[in-house]
Amino acid sequence: MKFSGLRTYAVLYLLFLYAPIVLLPVFAFNSGTVVSFPLQGFTTDWFAQMAANTTLRRALTNSLIIGGSAAVLSTVLAMFAARASARYRFRGKAPVMGFIMLPLVLPEIMIGGSLLIVLLAMGVKLSILTVILGHVLIATPYAITILSTAFSSLDPSLEEAAYDLGETKWSTFRRVTLPLVLPAIISSMLISFTISMDEFIIAFFLAGNEPTLPTYIYSQLRFPKAIPVILALGTCLVVASIALLTLAEYIRRRGLAKTGAKDSGGFL
Amino acid sequence: MNKSNLDEKQMIEFRDVQKYYGDYHALRGISASIREGEFFSLLGPSGCGKTTLLRTIAGFEDISSGAVLIDQGDMRDVPANKRPTNMVFQSYAIFPHLTVAENVAFGLRRDPRTKAEKQKLVDETLAMVGLSGYGTRAAHALSGGQRQRVALARALILKPKVLLLDEPMSALDRKIREQMQVELIKLQRELGITFVLVTHDQEEALVMSDRIAVMFEGEIAQLDDPEELYRRPKSRRVAEFIGEMNFLPTDVIGESQGKIQIEVAGLGRAQIEPGQVSAGMGAEPAVGFRPETMTILLDEAATQDREAAGTIAEVVYYGDMTYYDVRLDGVERTVRLSMRNLFGRPVLEVGMRARIAWSEGALILFR
Repeated sequence: MKFSGLRTYAVLYLLFLYAPIVLLPVFAFNSGTVVSFPLQGFTTDWFAQMAANTTLRRALTNSLIIGGSAAVLSTVLAMFAARASARYRFRGKAPVMGFIMLPLVLPEIMIGGSLLIVLLAMGVKLSILTVILGHVLIATPYAITILSTAFSSLDPSLEEAAYDLGETKWSTFRRVTLPLVLPAIISSMLISFTISMDEFIIAFFLAGNEPTLPTYIYSQLRFPKAIPVILALGTCLVVASIALLTLAEYIRRRGLAKTGAKDSGGFL
Repeated sequence: MNKSNLDEKQMIEFRDVQKYYGDYHALRGISASIREGEFFSLLGPSGCGKTTLLRTIAGFEDISSGAVLIDQGDMRDVPANKRPTNMVFQSYAIFPHLTVAENVAFGLRRDPRTKAEKQKLVDETLAMVGLSGYGTRAAHALSGGQRQRVALARALILKPKVLLLDEPMSALDRKIREQMQVELIKLQRELGITFVLVTHDQEEALVMSDRIAVMFEGEIAQLDDPEELYRRPKSRRVAEFIGEMNFLPTDVIGESQGKIQIEVAGLGRAQIEPGQVSAGMGAEPAVGFRPETMTILLDEAATQDREAAGTIAEVVYYGDMTYYDVRLDGVERTVRLSMRNLFGRPVLEVGMRARIAWSEGALILFR
């Protein structure tokens, strides 16, 4: 096989991207407490320790609650915005949409800092609720980006046709619009969930005493003996991510096949 | 085509319908009525307001002032989902996530009939549009013509008083289009439902309609049956839009004994009836005539009609017809004539001399 320079570059690039991730499971099953070669022996102790760690469990639960809530809330909000921007022309549409999308480019540290100041000034107690609010703020622009594409590629006649055939505005949405944008809604929820899951700065600022996965992991990195457990956790997260992505892609392709739409690229 | 034997009940009535989009005046005082059981067409170039007018019937478009009545009822406060109309959309708007049968049955959800009765109705309606056995197919896997049939079935299954068709053939191939046109006419005749068709294709409107409203810039320029519209266009603009028409500059000499004397460039003096006069949109007076109303005389053939002469400047061969552009002697004017290619009639060539037979009765004076 011919080995061109570009091919070498591509391989090196992929190695650089993914080799560190491959090291996660390698050391997660390594019985040595120090993360270095040579490997010592096989063990599942780190996973057992991880499962027994109550703070970690708490952080995981918090992150799942925050991620799930942020995914649902930002997707619902984004659906309103995306449909409005795809269907209607109204005064001030461009600036309104611009402001909604702004968190995409604002430094998170500024968002987190200013939210913290405002919430404290308002006397709001910091909790996972405040983290959810912050995450909705940053995830909504991503959700809108995904959903606008879906809403604007929908033939407006479809909704008119359903209305013409006797449905109300709401049942039209339920019977026609929703099933057709469902793949995009699922994509949007997954992306929002992922964004929330690994968001650090806002969670660090707004969570008060509650740990989330990223803040917990960060706090543990100071203790060398805690590192193998973190690697075990990382392994679980990678497996979960791959499973989630596969599921999302499966649902998306099934949606495409059902409506006969052209595949215009997805995650995989 | 003549439906004068039908009872003349009005199904749709427009009373001075006005529509503004901001400053844009889309409908400028439409007053017309559509009879029950009629195949009615709204014909005009894009942007003339024909689709907007159709959508005011469906209820998708509010009107700024005036009234739209369907079956004697004012539709002002009646939303689209409560109107006795159904629509076939230009894109067909077939629901891609449903099967053919689910699409057709879409509007039956609130219908109190049993599932079996509905199923039977769906089957019958599919048979009516020639899609028997297609019920379980995925709607997105159909061809353009089949989609249109599904859209038709989906609308007709609800037995609307009026079926609205928004440029339903524009996406079809010529062959399928012609076939669908004939099927639609048959279907309309069998069902007796009022059909309102929007089209920019004058040929389609002529083929299908009982009556046609020709629209320009938000106004109805002429409302007549196809034959009248073709033979007696009321303005030069309508004449130019429908079919092909030649125009020759003309002087009006005078009127006597109820007839009008004119001098037509290239044809000479003629005498026409007052019924042959139409509005000319303020331009110079001109005489118009259709390509098929004049004949090229072969060899020494004689004619009862008037004669003119010219040279053939262009020949366009269509198989069944040939179009000849003839430069008339004495004037720098070319007129287009059409001749059927009857058996034994030769196709003439560019540069040949041609004698043309014409009659005064075929002329229309626009002034």
